[in-house]
Amino acid sequence: MSGSGTKDHAALAKEFNKDEERVDWHDGALWWIRQKRDRSANQTPQWEELREAASSIKNHLLSNLHGYLLQFEDNLKKNGIQVHWAEDATEHNEIVYSILKAKEIDQMVKSKSMLTEECGLNEYLAERGIDVINSDLGEYIQQLDEEPPSHIVLPCIHKRKEEIGEIFHEHLGTEKGLSDPTLLTRVARQHLRNVFLTRRAALTGVNFAVAETGEYVVCTNEGNADMGAHLSEVQIASMGIEKLIPEKKHLGVFLRLLARSAIGQPITIYSSHYKKPRKGQEMHLILVDAGRTRQLSRVDFRDSLKCIKCGGCMNTCPVYRKSGGLSYHNTISGPIGAILAPNIDMKEHADLPFASTLCGSCSNVCPVKIPIHDQLYKWRQVIVKEGYAANTKALSMKAMAWTLSSPDAYKTAGRAGRWFLKHLSFTVNNKLNPWYKQRDMPEVPKESFDEWYAKNKDKEKND
Amino acid sequence: MTTGLFIPCYVNQFYPGAAIATLRLLQKLGVEVTYPAGQTCCGQPMANSGFEHLTQGCDTLFIEHFSSFDYIVCPSASCVLHIKQHLHSHKHQEQATLIRSRVYELVEFLTDVLKTDKLQARFPHKVGIHQSCHGLRGLHLGKMSELVGPKFSKQEQLLNMVDGLELISIDRPDECCGFGGTFCVAEEAVSVKMGKDRVTDHTKNGAEYITSADLSCLMHLEGILNRNKSAVKVIHIAEILNSTL
Amino acid sequence: MTSREKILEAVLKNQPESTPLPDLGNFRNGGPGLPSGGEAIVQQYMDTFKGIGGLLFSVDDLAAVKLLIRENFDLSKRLVTTLPELGLIAELYQPAADPHTFKDVELAIIKANLAVAENGAVWLSEDRMGQRIIPFICQHLAVIVDAATIVPTMHEAYERIGTGNYGFGAFIGGPSKTADIEQALVMGAHGPITMTVFIIK
Repeated sequence: MSGSGTKDHAALAKEFNKDEERVDWHDGALWWIRQKRDRSANQTPQWEELREAASSIKNHLLSNLHGYLLQFEDNLKKNGIQVHWAEDATEHNEIVYSILKAKEIDQMVKSKSMLTEECGLNEYLAERGIDVINSDLGEYIQQLDEEPPSHIVLPCIHKRKEEIGEIFHEHLGTEKGLSDPTLLTRVARQHLRNVFLTRRAALTGVNFAVAETGEYVVCTNEGNADMGAHLSEVQIASMGIEKLIPEKKHLGVFLRLLARSAIGQPITIYSSHYKKPRKGQEMHLILVDAGRTRQLSRVDFRDSLKCIKCGGCMNTCPVYRKSGGLSYHNTISGPIGAILAPNIDMKEHADLPFASTLCGSCSNVCPVKIPIHDQLYKWRQVIVKEGYAANTKALSMKAMAWTLSSPDAYKTAGRAGRWFLKHLSFTVNNKLNPWYKQRDMPEVPKESFDEWYAKNKDKEKND
Repeated sequence: MTTGLFIPCYVNQFYPGAAIATLRLLQKLGVEVTYPAGQTCCGQPMANSGFEHLTQGCDTLFIEHFSSFDYIVCPSASCVLHIKQHLHSHKHQEQATLIRSRVYELVEFLTDVLKTDKLQARFPHKVGIHQSCHGLRGLHLGKMSELVGPKFSKQEQLLNMVDGLELISIDRPDECCGFGGTFCVAEEAVSVKMGKDRVTDHTKNGAEYITSADLSCLMHLEGILNRNKSAVKVIHIAEILNSTL
Repeated sequence: MTSREKILEAVLKNQPESTPLPDLGNFRNGGPGLPSGGEAIVQQYMDTFKGIGGLLFSVDDLAAVKLLIRENFDLSKRLVTTLPELGLIAELYQPAADPHTFKDVELAIIKANLAVAENGAVWLSEDRMGQRIIPFICQHLAVIVDAATIVPTMHEAYERIGTGNYGFGAFIGGPSKTADIEQALVMGAHGPITMTVFIIK
């Protein structure tokens, strides 16, 4: 149950499922991507060893993060990049604002950064008279529609092309009814090209940052990060402190895994390595905590910080595919979102670890081998202990525990349950029973196994 | 070799046929099976809901009933996985640890311990295997589709020994059915959608029966099949392996 | 205490017991027994790049490249290059110029440091681009690759790149693209609409 009175995952997922045709389409699109991922993984010799290596590198990184942060900062400065540290979202936003204000800049172009989405950067800047345009096509569409991205890699995977056409018609003046993806993309290309050419500031995210050399890598298919950055006077990179990797050569491992895990491509079209400012340009990098050191302190959950934001877990998760990213009411949705969000706000996101059947598919596709489904199970224990489980649930669980601890109580309950189901089925087969809404109840056998065994055990032994 | 039979709570109450088939199948294969009366539950429903701390009673009862056996066999992959991963007791830690290494799901017991290579079984029908997540990703009863590696399936291995049985292949061999414990009612809409999709995968590929090592999955799929008046039936794998139609 | 100090202190306090780094030696060439170069690797590069939707020509020298460019691109538009040998068909541009002045470039012809067979990407350091914006702002991109500089995997690529004495560098794996609209693949998002590689054997 999410705490603020807004709908929880179950309620939002129920809404999403009202349109079964759309669910099938959404589910099919993401499953197809999962299949592309499988194909490329199977075509990569040593795939499982690569995952293991990536996992080990990130484990080592997190266990020596202090030293690597200092090394990274030192190298950034040597490269001429200005370094900032932000404890939380507000401080991050303040830093971005102050950088822009110092140059009297009131327009910025941004490439994909889930971190800035988490921090609510665009809204913060808008309130202070600075306009930000998201240049990634999917994020641009979502921005026009005033909706957050539903997937960290495929921001508008939940939208049909007709809906996107309608958004373009309303905001960019395209012909009504135009929905051809190529034509729509060309319109966006023209429009955003002008944005790149006229904006003096660009902000990017960071896919990987190398402590050894003080450089960072930004991966895109569209080239939007580079179009913004190389035309800018001021370039800002926002980065979670966990995005570091120790050495340059480790990029080999991660860049071989990232795009394959995400969308079944051997590499993103652009893997841009930013190291020093262009002549006449200012470069800034903001290192952000915003709850990461707290997650680092959680022995059971710190592994989630290894995440390289590929989105593979979302593509494989049957619950995600059949409920949509927006049902998770969190910037990062899906399985990884469900193990990161309770650390940020346990009350608000107490429902997320329960939005899962613990099937384990996510853990298998994770390129850095985060045992996501194990952490979902562990978060459930924490959430109940902290008191965020619904009261009725706690009571029924206690009753169940009592019944199952006593053989006699169990036999009585079993017999009673079966009797009710058989003779007073209307008490169970009704609208109040959620099982019954779209499923029949199991048939009632004439006796339990216990009862059968008691009658027949001598006969069985003599056979 | 002493073998104790563990019958999960809901199998005991609602699917005694599968329990009886398990018992008879093991006996046919020469195993002397003891069914300790008074057993109840593995505690999984509470633990998966975040109430692991309430399962001490269940755990103690389980240890009391099963610590004397060389092997413990159970026709439910999810219960076996739960015991393997979570059985604990402050008072009887050694016994708990021992039990965790001795508990087997039925299919893996046949392939790995008994090393069964033939069965006197006949089931002349088209059968689709629903690979339960706990059985597959938990107990490794087969190759997981996400991982790169050699293909294998313990369930297929056994079903191939059944006369007349035709295994059908489905589009998504290991997608979750959506039961998930309390998930099936707490997230009813998604749970049912997941179940419907599994059912459709089997029916469109010609299954007459859907089988699994987990009755919780089958109970959920059966609920959907029956509500939609389908001719397709669910059946626990023990009942197929024990079948002499 | 500054934010920097607070964050560093929290990290030091919370980071787990140190674990070792893995040895990456076994990944050389993509696996034991796999070739480190030669015809097979060149062929793999060509197949992969074409599979991505790139255009590829295998040629003997730059004279051949010149001919192919004349045949395949509109020379009346603005063509730029960093290669003096191509100075007759394209403009040798000034690296110091304002990047905005390149907004009308139709085709940019540059030379890669190396290329990677497993994914079809080329590596370009800033000095090969001349200006950072060039490979992104042009409508079409052409890259020259010496066959001898093609390596099997990213591991060998990084071995050659080393810590890197550049201010900017990029792996570029094909024409820019997006599939954000209903997963329909569209070539030409914000970067070049096409990419042509000339392999010089």
